[in-house]
Amino acid sequence: MISSIVSRVKQKQIAQLIAKGIRLDGRKLTDYREIKIEAGIIERAEGSARVLLGKTQVLVGVKIEVGEPFPDVPDQGVLTVNAELVPLASPTFEPGPPDENSIELARVVDRGIRESKAIALEELCIKPGKKVFIIFIDVYVLNHDGNLIDASGLAALAALLNTKMYNYELENDEIVRKPGYTPLPIRNHPVAVTFGKINNQLVVDPWLEEEQVMDARLTITTDKNENICAIQKGGSGYFTTQQILDATKIAKEKAEELRKLVVEP
Amino acid sequence: MSKPEKLLDKKGLRLDGRKLDELRPIKMEVGVLNNADGSAYLEQGKNKVLAAVYGPKEVHPKHLALADRAILRCRYHMAPFSVEERKSPAPSRREIELSKVIREALEPAVFLEYYPRTAIDIFIEILQADGGTRCAGITTAALALADAGVPMRDLVVACAAGKVDGKLALDLMDLEDKYGEADVPLAMMPGINAVTLLQMDGSLTLEEFQKAVKMAMEGCKQIYEMQKKALKAKYVAIKEEIQE
Amino acid sequence: MPTFFEPKELVTPGDLLAEGNYMAGENAYCENKKVFAARIGLVEYDNRKVRVVALRAFYIPRIGDIVIGIVTEVGFNGWEVDINAPYTAVLRASDVLERGFRPQKNDLLSILDIGDLIVAKVAAYDRGSNPIIKISEPGLGKISRGQLIKVTPTKIPRIIGRKGSMITMIKRETNCRITLGQNGLIIVSGKNHEDERLAIMALRKIEEESHTSGLTDRIAEMIRKQKEGRKNV
Repeated sequence: MISSIVSRVKQKQIAQLIAKGIRLDGRKLTDYREIKIEAGIIERAEGSARVLLGKTQVLVGVKIEVGEPFPDVPDQGVLTVNAELVPLASPTFEPGPPDENSIELARVVDRGIRESKAIALEELCIKPGKKVFIIFIDVYVLNHDGNLIDASGLAALAALLNTKMYNYELENDEIVRKPGYTPLPIRNHPVAVTFGKINNQLVVDPWLEEEQVMDARLTITTDKNENICAIQKGGSGYFTTQQILDATKIAKEKAEELRKLVVEP
Repeated sequence: MSKPEKLLDKKGLRLDGRKLDELRPIKMEVGVLNNADGSAYLEQGKNKVLAAVYGPKEVHPKHLALADRAILRCRYHMAPFSVEERKSPAPSRREIELSKVIREALEPAVFLEYYPRTAIDIFIEILQADGGTRCAGITTAALALADAGVPMRDLVVACAAGKVDGKLALDLMDLEDKYGEADVPLAMMPGINAVTLLQMDGSLTLEEFQKAVKMAMEGCKQIYEMQKKALKAKYVAIKEEIQE
Repeated sequence: MPTFFEPKELVTPGDLLAEGNYMAGENAYCENKKVFAARIGLVEYDNRKVRVVALRAFYIPRIGDIVIGIVTEVGFNGWEVDINAPYTAVLRASDVLERGFRPQKNDLLSILDIGDLIVAKVAAYDRGSNPIIKISEPGLGKISRGQLIKVTPTKIPRIIGRKGSMITMIKRETNCRITLGQNGLIIVSGKNHEDERLAIMALRKIEEESHTSGLTDRIAEMIRKQKEGRKNV
């Protein structure tokens, strides 16, 4: 493999272009790459979706199981988000237990869904304190070309909207499947918008080559009511107050565009 | 702890009697561990936090070393007895994420490029937790870095603002964090207006978020002054003793 | 073009020290025509140069520095030496063996063993590789007696004093040989334990009070008092 160290020439090139308001791949500073969403592509999963964000490719599968609720919320279903940076997706991904990057990715996706109350968890209770549905969202990164957070968030939302639950009845406290399916109760549509800071300027949806030279990253997740529900700063640089305020405004507009792609395809 | 009926009383005061824009009582001490190259201890309300810095030193394992700068490594860890129900001492996913964002909050302050091929290790132990421990951990770790003589652009200081019972409030404690509507932890270098950590969970309008950021920054500036005082305390005391 | 502190005032990282046409010296940095402190210490304004005499710092090798180190490893063609710095120093066998080093014949352990204390000079050092030290000069080499103490390296100049006034006074008053390493390690060796104890006490006091004035007089007075106390027992 060619080393992931970006040559100084390219670094300079990226920075100079951005100073002029354009990017190496021809986009403007607030443009997303082309987005493709395919829902329901894994039949064995209760819900699934694949998102292509440029060449970044993320597959999300939703599985539903029956289990025990958390003791502090006995009458609510459980949401679990996990992310795998699959070694086939990048020469920098190593097999092994989740590292801090995959844990951060999962937790940022989780926070958007949880804090926007996207899933009506209270409707996923079977028997309070005893039995609830557990929603497993597994984020599977298949190709890493930058901005995994936004791609994963979109894929997770698309998969949730595509998720079907089997009908059931309780007989002697046991679940008995009945014919037919109902959709998972989805109440909100969180969308993450990620910025990179390069040469002291913000760019939306940084791709891999930009990620490699950017100083810092900022993800702002907004819900369908235009409220902010999650934020995550990453990377070893910093943002000014003005940059943060600018980012929140851009994020709101961009999230609206992206939401349309998922919710009303 | 179960959910209190209200987080604010009729006068708009909080469960511990604080006003909305009031910090918890804070105590800091620098140089508390003699083995470490730098160390600090902080209490913020019921939070009790210890931080230690080792380095810059040679990197082990060696392949982690970078040719052009030092690596900063950070471990945020909660003691098993720090919370109501015993916490397993194995690092949780939350702790792994927080270790990462805390490291990234401190990195912009440190002149890592001065010391290639070395490592600077930061250990943060939460001895008792009552909400806002990532912020308290950053504030403490910055003191430990300065105490270790690591060259820094500025001290990093952190504080959260959030929303409880419909009102914006500064420096949330655990109950407010848990049952409030939103929490916005923020870290910054006040001298150069640089925000180095920003997270949020909950729900805020754009306008509320802007106000929360401003409030957290005001809190940061107050704590920043305390940090400076704590760093100087030992030297000032000696000077005064001599002049008497 | 203002400055923002009194000379010798205590500053902490991030403090704005000066604005305008100033240069950043040691432990300070310049950004957008502003000079800030990078370490806790005492600010000094020297014409256009603003620097901070650090109260907390670690040792970074400089070529020509005299350092004290402890041998930590013996290899095939030299030794690794801990010199109280972020980087381990290397002492090459060829520096020690006059007739050239023959790996099959020379036993390095018999020359310097792990744990041995040496006084050495920094011969080479750059960002890319570990410092190389040498002991092949008069006054350098293995140390066989004395007590080792460690101080913050930035306080060594204070211990030396103006034109050596402080260290000369301590040596004279305590009858000790004192070897100072620029890396913050000091070896104190006297005729008896009491003398060494007194010298170490003086060194510790300098370390603690390095940021105050009138220090030489206070140290001299302390030593005199201690000596009187000893006589009276």
